[in-house]
Amino acid sequence: MADATAEGMTDTGTIGQGVTVSRSGEQGAFGGELLTINFGPHHPSTHGVLRLIVDLDGEQVRRLKPVIGYLHTGIEKQAEALRWQQVVVVTDRHDYLSPPFNNLSYALAVEKLLGVDVPPRADALRVIMCELTRISSHLVWLGTSGIELGASTMLMYCFRERDTILDMNEEISGFRMHTSFIRPGGVLADATPRFLDMLDRFCNAMPANIDEYEALLTMNPIFRSRTIGIGRLPAEDAKVLGATGPMLRGSGVAWDLRKAMPYSGYENYDFEIATSDLSDCYGRYLVRIKEMRESVKILRQALDRLPDGPVNIDDRKVLPPPREELETSMEAVIHHFKLFTEGYTVPVGDAYAAVESGRGENGCYVVSDGTHKPRRVKFRSASFVNLQPLERMALNHMVADMVAIIGSADTVLGDVDR
Amino acid sequence: MGVEALAESLGQNVLTTTLGKLIGWGRGNSVWPLQFGLACCAIEMIHTATAGVDIARFGSEAMRASPRQADMMIVSGRVSQKMAPILRTIYDQMPEPKWVISMGACASTGGVFNNYALLQGVDKIVPVDVYIPGCPPRPEDLLNALMILQERIKAQGITPRQ
Repeated sequence: MADATAEGMTDTGTIGQGVTVSRSGEQGAFGGELLTINFGPHHPSTHGVLRLIVDLDGEQVRRLKPVIGYLHTGIEKQAEALRWQQVVVVTDRHDYLSPPFNNLSYALAVEKLLGVDVPPRADALRVIMCELTRISSHLVWLGTSGIELGASTMLMYCFRERDTILDMNEEISGFRMHTSFIRPGGVLADATPRFLDMLDRFCNAMPANIDEYEALLTMNPIFRSRTIGIGRLPAEDAKVLGATGPMLRGSGVAWDLRKAMPYSGYENYDFEIATSDLSDCYGRYLVRIKEMRESVKILRQALDRLPDGPVNIDDRKVLPPPREELETSMEAVIHHFKLFTEGYTVPVGDAYAAVESGRGENGCYVVSDGTHKPRRVKFRSASFVNLQPLERMALNHMVADMVAIIGSADTVLGDVDR
Repeated sequence: MGVEALAESLGQNVLTTTLGKLIGWGRGNSVWPLQFGLACCAIEMIHTATAGVDIARFGSEAMRASPRQADMMIVSGRVSQKMAPILRTIYDQMPEPKWVISMGACASTGGVFNNYALLQGVDKIVPVDVYIPGCPPRPEDLLNALMILQERIKAQGITPRQ
């Protein structure tokens, strides 16, 4: 249908940065003709470099077609040229707001092929990193969505706590964003006492901070009128279009991989699935706020019950020996050398593992041909699939509401294009 | 009244300088960045604008979405082959004088992605004034780059690019 519009194009002009208009000649319901508007890819409200081709009747959206690929990085292809342990580094960078989830789905898939289980302390640290990241990812969403709807103070509040989380990332892994903390066979390093102390303080302070966000938005009349009833996505449509994460739970479907297919010991934590029957932008907002509260609960439980023991599997073929051993053991030196020159091999086969990221099902499919490098790495990214309901949600809404709807989908373009 | 008497009567109330220095001082302390947020680095760029680091102390908090209103482009993130022509178009739309900060390893050199999809350094299509290493760089790194650029702008005077 969009092609027909393109052929019928008679006149094209630019009316501002990133917005091009062309006349389609097609008649709209209000007596005028449909206008085709190009929205993006360089536009402040598209959460990155999303480009949308929108057919407008008056100011109402009649058709909406996302154009993707402006951030295509070739990560999956790049992974085929890297050794198994090197791939962890590029997985960080596809959904750049949730690196530990990307690490974890890849690590779980590789561990399935290797047939290993990580020690309980590693599982708990993985859960801690994932839940921290879920909060920090929701904070970016809350801050930027707030700006788009005119509540620019939100960004200052949200990024204050996000900075705290990034400081914790730095403490445990040495890196603020792309931690590469979770890797096949365990995690990078054990938590330092300072990290656990920071985490304790964070868990104590965060509920009051979330109250603060809610005080700014939940009953705010402008925010409510911009989001309630906007971008409705009925549960049936959400399921058919493959939406996951807050997009699906915001439509009242209680589907969460942490409950449905537990991994990394999530079955041992007591938390609720956040859902909302409102099915609109406001419902998705409520779901994400609730999820942050639930994440704090999980963090508290993980911290209180943090088991002792090693954080890596005891397999010198997969993970390097401790630094101290290199001084005394020839065998350790050989293992170290072999691991960092040719890496490890993974048995022939394929495996899929999925985790519940802040955006939905973050899956990783790996194929091994028994060599030091993966044959194929495929990411099932939540953002890409969550773009599908966009047209369904934006239909017959105003252009200004479209911005709220894109915001509520919370897509990360790095995750869409990979 | 002679010149010396005039200078004495004005006392400490008047500063004398050259026009070049005055313009450089003004430009350097009011660099408006074009927010060219592409990938991971864009998030750290937002961090730079928020209260913790506060780029407003350096007169650059006015992140512009339109190139017509911007002096400096922060290329924050990886530039794909598909994005490259758009980036160049937006750069061309910025009024002179203009500067470019290449933020992060990907924008500067392609970073860890040496493959078919990414431009191996944004300096292949636009002139870059300051490169920031890091993947992504810390907000403080971006501030440091801005300060380096400010010094350069102040030294350049009326005609930044000859």
